[in-house]
Amino acid sequence: MAKAFLLVACLESCTFAFGASRPLLNHSAPQFSLTDLNHQRLDLKAYRGKVVLLNFWATWCSPCQLEIPRFVDWQKEYGASGLQVVGISMDDDPSLVRKLDQRLRLNYPVAMGDAQLGENYGGIYGLPVTFLIDRDGKIRAEYQGVTDLGRVEATLRGMLKTR
Amino acid sequence: MQPASRAADCTILDGTVANMNFPLRTRRYLFSTLAALLALLPPGCLSSSAQILGPEYGSGSALSIPQSALMQPAVLAHMLTSGNKPLILQVGSRMLFNEAHIRGSEYSGPGSESEGLQSLHDRVTSLPRKKLIVLYCGCCPWTHCPNVSPAYSQLTAMGFTNVKVLYLPNNFGTDWVSKGYPVD
Repeated sequence: MAKAFLLVACLESCTFAFGASRPLLNHSAPQFSLTDLNHQRLDLKAYRGKVVLLNFWATWCSPCQLEIPRFVDWQKEYGASGLQVVGISMDDDPSLVRKLDQRLRLNYPVAMGDAQLGENYGGIYGLPVTFLIDRDGKIRAEYQGVTDLGRVEATLRGMLKTR
Repeated sequence: MQPASRAADCTILDGTVANMNFPLRTRRYLFSTLAALLALLPPGCLSSSAQILGPEYGSGSALSIPQSALMQPAVLAHMLTSGNKPLILQVGSRMLFNEAHIRGSEYSGPGSESEGLQSLHDRVTSLPRKKLIVLYCGCCPWTHCPNVSPAYSQLTAMGFTNVKVLYLPNNFGTDWVSKGYPVD
């Protein structure tokens, strides 16, 4: 059983590794200003000076739901060091997002995305997609699909050390 | 200066790893090794892993679609340039459809939801049962897609005998858009 698990995990990491290259790397993150699920303004440029983990997800995306509890943990652990997690749901129905937001007790802002925002970020044609944005607002990493969260965390920690 | 250079290193490292462009020979080696390992697994082993990894690996997952029903993207792309275009239905999220979809395809709705299956039923119910219908989603990695398998099962249960499911192992962006295949 353990062998099978490892094998499937390996297959998945290969799937991820052969993903397409992304043009936004090392460029300024496209700005957006949205209203989050709590009716608060969610403005990306308000987080300048912080490291932003920007996660595109949806309630129907099972890999997304495996990641979200880790992001909640990271927000708790690294928030004081300057991390800000931001969730953008690509769901069609916001009521499903609100339910999941409550169930998973998200401790970071989540807003509904749209096709235009997806296009601005190079096309969000499949989920999950996560960007790491540095304190200067530049995209330093992008992860698509099933991702090794240990590697994301290592990169994140490196970025947080940079003041 | 030190922090800036550290950030740059991080950027290069992560950009490189995230896009890992292995040489073709290495990819072939990796896949053949994995295929050999798969063949060595005892029967039922993958279904055991299904229990660990969740329902997406069970009977309702894309993995339950027979190989003979899968269509490779290059094959469909070629068909689009010919005069014999199939009915192509997107059975995933509307938002992703609105961002980009296969040229000439129609939005049907998520196969994982009853409304989506009803919409699919209504769209095809009057069609001849031998009609070629291609379903696709690409919302998530293939093994996690909640939509294609229920949609495929619905059409076969309705008696359609020429249903294909577009095989998008990573997602629609990587396996269709990035390949330069036609989108609207």
